[in-house]
Amino acid sequence: MSSEIRFTDFKSDKQPTWCPGCGDFGTMNGMMKALAETGNDPDNTFVVAGIGCSGKIGTYMHSYALHGVHGRALPVGTGVKLARPDIEVMVAGGDGDGYSIGAGHFVHAVRRNVDMTYVVMDNRIYGLTKGQASPTSRDDFETSTTPEGPKQPPVNPHALALASGATFIAQSFSSDALRHQEIVQRAIEHDGFGFVNVYSPCVTFNDVDTYDYFRDSLVDLEETDHDPTDRDAAKDVILDSEKEYQGVVYQDESSVPYTEQHGMDADMSDIPAGAPENATDLVREFY
Amino acid sequence: MAADFNWAVGGEAGDGIDSTGKIFAQALSRSGRHVFTSKDFASRIRGGYTAYKVRTSVDKVQSVVDRLDVLIALTPRTIDENLDELHDESVVIYDGERTTMQNVEIPGEMTGVDVPLKRLAEDAGGAIMRNVVALGAACAVADFPIENLDSALEKRFGDKGQKLVDNNKEAARAGRAYVDEEYDHEFPYELETTDEDYVLLNGDEAIGMGAIAAGCRFYAGYPITPATDVMTYLTGRIEQYGGHVVQAEDELSAVNMALGAARGGARAMTATSGPGIDLMTETFGLVATSETPLVICNVMRSGPSTGMPTKQEQGDLNHMLYGGHGEVPRFVLAPTTIDECFWKTVEAFNLAEKYQLPVYLTADLSLAVTEQTFSPETFDMDAVAIDRGFVVDESTVSDHQTESGGFKPHALTDDGISPRALPGTADGAHMSTGLEHDEQGRRTEDTDMRVEQVDKRNRKVETAETREDWSPREFGDPDADTLVITWGSNEGALVEALDILGESGIDVRVMAVPYVFPRPDLSAAIEAAETVLVVECNETGQFANLIERDALTRVERVNKYTGVRFKADELAAEIRSTLTGAVEA
Repeated sequence: MSSEIRFTDFKSDKQPTWCPGCGDFGTMNGMMKALAETGNDPDNTFVVAGIGCSGKIGTYMHSYALHGVHGRALPVGTGVKLARPDIEVMVAGGDGDGYSIGAGHFVHAVRRNVDMTYVVMDNRIYGLTKGQASPTSRDDFETSTTPEGPKQPPVNPHALALASGATFIAQSFSSDALRHQEIVQRAIEHDGFGFVNVYSPCVTFNDVDTYDYFRDSLVDLEETDHDPTDRDAAKDVILDSEKEYQGVVYQDESSVPYTEQHGMDADMSDIPAGAPENATDLVREFY
Repeated sequence: MAADFNWAVGGEAGDGIDSTGKIFAQALSRSGRHVFTSKDFASRIRGGYTAYKVRTSVDKVQSVVDRLDVLIALTPRTIDENLDELHDESVVIYDGERTTMQNVEIPGEMTGVDVPLKRLAEDAGGAIMRNVVALGAACAVADFPIENLDSALEKRFGDKGQKLVDNNKEAARAGRAYVDEEYDHEFPYELETTDEDYVLLNGDEAIGMGAIAAGCRFYAGYPITPATDVMTYLTGRIEQYGGHVVQAEDELSAVNMALGAARGGARAMTATSGPGIDLMTETFGLVATSETPLVICNVMRSGPSTGMPTKQEQGDLNHMLYGGHGEVPRFVLAPTTIDECFWKTVEAFNLAEKYQLPVYLTADLSLAVTEQTFSPETFDMDAVAIDRGFVVDESTVSDHQTESGGFKPHALTDDGISPRALPGTADGAHMSTGLEHDEQGRRTEDTDMRVEQVDKRNRKVETAETREDWSPREFGDPDADTLVITWGSNEGALVEALDILGESGIDVRVMAVPYVFPRPDLSAAIEAAETVLVVECNETGQFANLIERDALTRVERVNKYTGVRFKADELAAEIRSTLTGAVEA
């Protein structure tokens, strides 16, 4: 790759099959721009995708990539990054992938604070299976499997992250291209687990959480006096269920990523042609 | 063959049984004697009876036997549990001053050696050393030089200070002196020593050491009996070779982390047991169809479900061969001995990378928790060779691209093996997926490409069958009428059984198979034998079923895997052409 990286270098030659108007177009464009802007190129980038409409992103982007099984994208990203600290790792998934089947991994990935970026394309619906409630659907959101609404509160991903010790929590809106790109860029630049929940509307199956809804209700934290380094202030914003916001809600500037905590910087793919030097020491231990 | 000697220490969980047994086993190993250990950690009734058993000889020992010569019994139940193995010349060492042991009766003709273990330990510096007093007493009973115990004590306590080591040595001598004075060498045992140097290790440790030797740098796992020792072995050691161990939140995560590390180009491994294999099966198909080299170690225990977690079984064979929806090739290796656990681990990593697929490396509880002596040269690190398979670099990547420059990680090749570009390789960026894909790894539902990719993946097996050595290990009389086939950890017991059978004039040919898939073709040996037995630790005979199937005449097969159902006229044509072919043949 040449040193002149443009965001289109991150585009594959496959045309997306997302519905026209899908929020995922904007989400992906912002990710590609943020990657290019932070000096990455497709050959040193690894994208891990889950299952669902969001999971198709690995096919539409050009980079090293793995499109994995449902809900396990974060463990895959963790493995890539720990084996290859030199590689930029970006994990992408949807609200079902991240907060339902993969919720357990989400909590532990946050705790580990591996230096990677996690972008959740949150449309508050299961789109690929044609419109069932997701863990972020509103409690009265009527779908084919929840005719009277789920009657359970939606998961609050930011609260889950904060309670698990997150060092970077942000939210963006796929339609606000510039801010979305900026926010993903800050997540990439963060030393640790950069978590961005992206409002990425489903134009086919969600007639409640629409572009208009987010445009009308979103508050940009950058235009308020919110201090993202203040954990208590972040907590107040996150726990206010009435508020839809975008921006970096929390960042621990003293975050120490996993690899640094564990003194890891080796490229694990680089091994000798025989047993490592001093391997005989291992045998001697058994005397 | 020299007489073997069988020794055990038993008591309640928490009595320090394991470390006491290990010290004695190490002392024997250091004295140049062969050792084979086993553990009883039964929890079948109430209480936590546990025992550590040691079989030793100046000749190689590779099995347990139903005989116990000297038993250190810390509880009355220890004697009851071992009644079947004790005999008239057995010696039971116990502390008659211990409240629970005051009224103990030593059964039959066997000798009870009553040693005030706790009192002597207190005199030497602390009651905690009472088991070491018992070891000293055992040295006297077995006529075994106590200096060998000293070096084992130094190994065990050396990092806690010389004072503690000295106290323990004194405690051992107090035990020996007490027996010498009170019992006047009336025992029929004498453990001779040799100048041989041996190392003593268990199967899990051999797998862990093999992984480091093979260049494994990434391990992710979730603790589970009896595979945990692989993880604890690697922790603190693999880091010294540039690697890392992650304790994942569950097995789903563990296998996906290992998959990620492997996609990153590291040699990666996870180890688990049955319940964990069930969970990892979710990701297994992805590993295989994305053609990711990964070693999944399954240390089998008794199932199903939680089963008997501390008991032996070889019940997961079908699962490893067939587990997961859909069809995709995988290799299954089953080392038959502890030293082979090391070598098969090295081989598993090479096979995984050469053929870009998941390799099940399966041991079982018996191999995992058993320690055995080997000469250190058995683990000759200079003999370890790493073959990373078909990996491209920046100078060769362009040979494997489409006209528009797309890298082809699933290129349709004659041998089925495609080029692999590790992240960071310029112009090698590509996608991999659990979806059916084209040569570039991009999703496809094209029926021709689907068939070509399935065939390509299966071609790797055909290639491996011809390129690699899948031979069984042979023992006994190659011309015998009786053929006994086994797989996995039963080899040692079977080889010793040959000696026993030989004494009554029964000749047997033994084949121990470390390769379950691909596996050697045994049909000629089966044909030549009058009687064929297949020995395995399970109820349904999972390996026997494979051997029987291999020996059967094949049916004609009609298969379709384009993703489109059979059609009537198509089936009629297939059947007609098969019949025509059969008539012509």
